[in-house]
Amino acid sequence: MTQGLTKTYGGRVTALHDLTVDVEPGIVGLVGANGAGKSTFIKIMLGLIEPTGGTVRVFGLDPTVEPDQVRRRVGYMPEHDALPPDVSAAEFVTHLGRISGLPRTAARERASEALRHVGLYEERYRQIGGYSTGMKQRVKLAQALVHDPDLLLLDEPTNGLDPAGRDAMLALVHRIGTEFGISVVTCSHLLGEVEQICDSLVAIESGRLLRADRISAMTAASDVLAVEVSEGTEDLAAALRTLGLPVQVDGRVLLVPLDQEDTYDRILRAVADLDLPLHRLDQRRHRVAELFATRETADV
Amino acid sequence: MSEASVIHDIGYQRYSGPRLGRSAVFGAIYIHGLRAAYGLGRSAKSKIFPWLVVGIVTLVAVILAAVRAQTGLLPLNYIQFADAMSWLIIFFVAIVAPELVSRDMRAGVLPLYFSRPLRAADYIGAKVAAMVTAVCGLLAVPQFVMFLGAAFTTKTGMRGVWHELGDLLPAWAYSLLWALLFTGIGLLIASLTGKRAFAAGGIVAVFLMTTPIVGVISILHSATAQKLAGLASPMSLISGVGQWLIPDASTGIFVGEFGPVYLIEALTLIAACMLLLLARYRKVASL
Repeated sequence: MTQGLTKTYGGRVTALHDLTVDVEPGIVGLVGANGAGKSTFIKIMLGLIEPTGGTVRVFGLDPTVEPDQVRRRVGYMPEHDALPPDVSAAEFVTHLGRISGLPRTAARERASEALRHVGLYEERYRQIGGYSTGMKQRVKLAQALVHDPDLLLLDEPTNGLDPAGRDAMLALVHRIGTEFGISVVTCSHLLGEVEQICDSLVAIESGRLLRADRISAMTAASDVLAVEVSEGTEDLAAALRTLGLPVQVDGRVLLVPLDQEDTYDRILRAVADLDLPLHRLDQRRHRVAELFATRETADV
Repeated sequence: MSEASVIHDIGYQRYSGPRLGRSAVFGAIYIHGLRAAYGLGRSAKSKIFPWLVVGIVTLVAVILAAVRAQTGLLPLNYIQFADAMSWLIIFFVAIVAPELVSRDMRAGVLPLYFSRPLRAADYIGAKVAAMVTAVCGLLAVPQFVMFLGAAFTTKTGMRGVWHELGDLLPAWAYSLLWALLFTGIGLLIASLTGKRAFAAGGIVAVFLMTTPIVGVISILHSATAQKLAGLASPMSLISGVGQWLIPDASTGIFVGEFGPVYLIEALTLIAACMLLLLARYRKVASL
């Protein structure tokens, strides 16, 4: 659906350097440190800025040549504050719906709908100035949804939110991507939150592609069991090694790859034999972060 | 549980209705801007100033019409009326222009506009159109009130009405010229800053600073300098154009043979403001 080909964006600062990426429909996480070129990438997809070299295709359309066709099908949620304080959310979202070409009544209906989906139905007639940061983020999301786009571009949707708000926003984005049938490109500098909800991941670093793949491919065959005991961690590690399990010690937690069916039982038996107080034994997906860890520490 | 009390989660509905083109979007911004100019759909506080101005100009027009009906005297003709109201119009422009453009800039709304199928030219074009309508209405409606007063009390019957209409129509054109120039200058200044107070101050300053220049030049000894003095300020510039095109307007500006110069400058100034605005928004639209 989104096909970014070679793209060099120059000027005095090179924000994107020779980036080639091809993205499938679904929820795509765009990850990178601040200043990696995530926002530039999104703006190029919207046709707001022209790439200095290379080509972009969104739905097979070139945003530099046909920005209107592309923008008609794309909803954009910017990173920064973008809401006037002295109008109500309902009025504002309706107005933006009309700018997207919806007729008056349709714009009003869809604005209410969009605000209902983001959980602001009751508060929609209040002035935006009185909203909390979390509510403002929701209004920004609602205005991106109002014209029923096929693709949402979210620039740091969890910016400035507390942990609860963050989870709610991520759940909402996940719902939009799965239940609403809208593809989502969400960008973030926090890998942890993106990997929870995304189907695939594009990591960029100072304008260059680090890695692009499906999350499932990145985490395939990398499920691990985390074992935590209150005491005797070293003894258990040694015992497990003698059983032929490749144990990794991560602080107080032992990580054992879950590659054989009886791994689970063997660990339990080892713990029982040593008579150790078992604290925790759970299966966890290999964190995507670990895949990048070596490269990311290189330039921090 | 009764049928009515069941809450249905109807889920997300795709939109398959019509999507309108450029003209509808232009219209939406135009209506939105026109309403904003008069504070409609905004808080009570933002209605005070525009409606105060509307009230004053209408009251003046009603009084003028009444004086004329009662005494037959004509204290101010249509064009003198527009000139007399100039400072009120300037304050109106100084309040409304920032309301239309600085506000969007300040709140950072522009990325939301320009990530939609909207051209920079359409955005600013609709804003200009809305403001020209607002300013023009501020003059044209009271002028119409004066016309009604004159038309209903005329002693020469239909011929008097036609004569009066012949005075009104050029005055409307004159008001439109006012609106175009003041909108151009006002929006251009307002588009440079997101701070409303700065924008308003800047607009008033432009008019305030240029007026004394006219005064200084007009008392020079050179007759040519006196005739060209009006060019220095937007207000006397428009008066000069009016004086040249409608000689019995008695605007108090002496243009002599330089009338065309006034008209050319006025048109050039309007065109320059529009082009600069467009250039400004081309740049802003790319974020």
